[in-house]
Amino acid sequence: MPLPADTDTTSPKYLRDKYAIVGVGETTYTRGSGRTTRALGTWAVRNAIADAGLKPSDIDGMLSYQSGDSTFSTFIAGDLGIRLNFYMDVFGGGSSTEALVGLAIGAMEAGMCKAVVIFRAMNGFSQVRIGGTGARAVAPVSGDMLHGRAYGWQSAGQMFAPSFMRHMHDYGTRPEQVAAVKAIHSEHASNNPKAYYKERLTVEDVLASRIICKPLHLLDCCVETDNGTAIVVTSADRARDCKHHPVLIRGVVGRCNKPRLDMHYQHGPISTVAGRYAREILWPNAGVGPEDVDITGSYDAFTFTTMLQLEDYGFCKKGEGGDYVSNGTIRLGGRRPNNTSGGHLCEGYTHGVNMVVENVRQLRHDVDDSCPIGPDGKRQHTYDYRQGGCRQVKNCEVSANLGWANPGTGSAMVMRRG
Amino acid sequence: MAIQADYLGMPLDINDLDVENLAYFKHCAAHQFHLQRCDACGLLRYPPTTACPWCASPDSSWVPVEGRGAVHSYTEVHHAIQPAFKKHTPYLVLVVDLDTQKGKPTEDEALRVLGNLVTPDGVLAPPDMVRKVGIGTRVRMVFTDVAPGLALPQWTIDEDAKQPAKPWRYPQE
Repeated sequence: MPLPADTDTTSPKYLRDKYAIVGVGETTYTRGSGRTTRALGTWAVRNAIADAGLKPSDIDGMLSYQSGDSTFSTFIAGDLGIRLNFYMDVFGGGSSTEALVGLAIGAMEAGMCKAVVIFRAMNGFSQVRIGGTGARAVAPVSGDMLHGRAYGWQSAGQMFAPSFMRHMHDYGTRPEQVAAVKAIHSEHASNNPKAYYKERLTVEDVLASRIICKPLHLLDCCVETDNGTAIVVTSADRARDCKHHPVLIRGVVGRCNKPRLDMHYQHGPISTVAGRYAREILWPNAGVGPEDVDITGSYDAFTFTTMLQLEDYGFCKKGEGGDYVSNGTIRLGGRRPNNTSGGHLCEGYTHGVNMVVENVRQLRHDVDDSCPIGPDGKRQHTYDYRQGGCRQVKNCEVSANLGWANPGTGSAMVMRRG
Repeated sequence: MAIQADYLGMPLDINDLDVENLAYFKHCAAHQFHLQRCDACGLLRYPPTTACPWCASPDSSWVPVEGRGAVHSYTEVHHAIQPAFKKHTPYLVLVVDLDTQKGKPTEDEALRVLGNLVTPDGVLAPPDMVRKVGIGTRVRMVFTDVAPGLALPQWTIDEDAKQPAKPWRYPQE
């Protein structure tokens, strides 16, 4: 949907549409990369710069995030012969992508640099398991962890589960409603040749899979994969000289929190997540509202995280997330498809970058599905969403990415087709 | 004094600098539940912290708190992540609203104290006991001894309390 003519573009929201994502890059989504995180990061950054139609020497800023499981910007830049005027490697996971886009804009506004690459490189399956097994599971328990890990409350699924359960209790949300998220994302992934899991699954498949920790079945949980992913952010002026149709950044909110962010469950309702607070920054910054959004990228570490965020960012009424994710709205061909790549549940786990990558391609109207490539080098999208077919959303103009770290922390970004 | 201990094969470690946790677990080792009460605003807090989450005062006093409450939410773990817990599945992790200070300082807040469901003598609950507990179940605190100066606060079904007719449980058993 095009932006309304009366969209508020007045100061102080002068950063709307001033910066753009001009390049996206990734490695194969795999389990067993056989490569270091340095190699994965280098390839992803190289691919993103090439996708933008830029040279490594055009990049002078770099941001990355990790949890002690990756490589620093200095090595990636060194490998590619990039001389940086600015870089920062921050700690963190799934609320980082959108937050770092905001930091990149700030660094460029401050005149510190002119083009920033943001990357995440991880061997989330073959080295540091994102599910928490392996070295993390046997590490000594100390400090704040004495009040959690000592009770076998350690992995993301275990720690988020009380919020999910309480949502079911408070609003009557049903397992089959939430399982629809996986079923729908698997349909999307079946039209994504890059997806790690391309098989279409049903709600019944999800409910028949074994319980990991209630309310999460195995298939409510995302996949652990090895991959590097990267995006290039620069000014909208410069974007016009890049290879693809510009995708403009409307607004961001970064690592916004509920009260008591150290122990968020101390502050109720625990069935409400950080999006409840983040939405009050995101929508005014972007100058649009949920009704203006054509596609969403609501972080699917679990089926429930997609639902809770869509609800708390206002895509439906509080408590109606179960209906929203199961009534066809978020499916390709529906009113507002979510994670058209298959997301973390199916494509691969990247701590959020791939959901931004997907929405950039959607807004270019050039998503990398199996549709034939025409004589002009562009994909001829069929909009036939049957298995193995198209996954381009028709007339896609505005997207929202909703990043999740945990129930208490989230980030988000609105982009639009330039 | 620093504590290094083994619980179910899992290393627990509290170093000398962590004075708040040392104080908290020392009371637990005596099978007493104590929390910090802010000297400025009078609110209790959990878990132990350096300053008050409501008024930022660094001054607090340890006071005894009744270990009774109701299950606010939970998860039932069937696939353990930590090797220490693999022998004990399914186990419950309970988020319990203490009766003390419930609904303060705002209506949505409570002192929500983590723990496993255990038997009255502090052993992780067997499957038939796990199946009885859900949101709303009344529980009381018991302690699992780990080492000198360290016991873990845990939750067991409160036999003396009036229990809800049917605590809320995840619909798929």
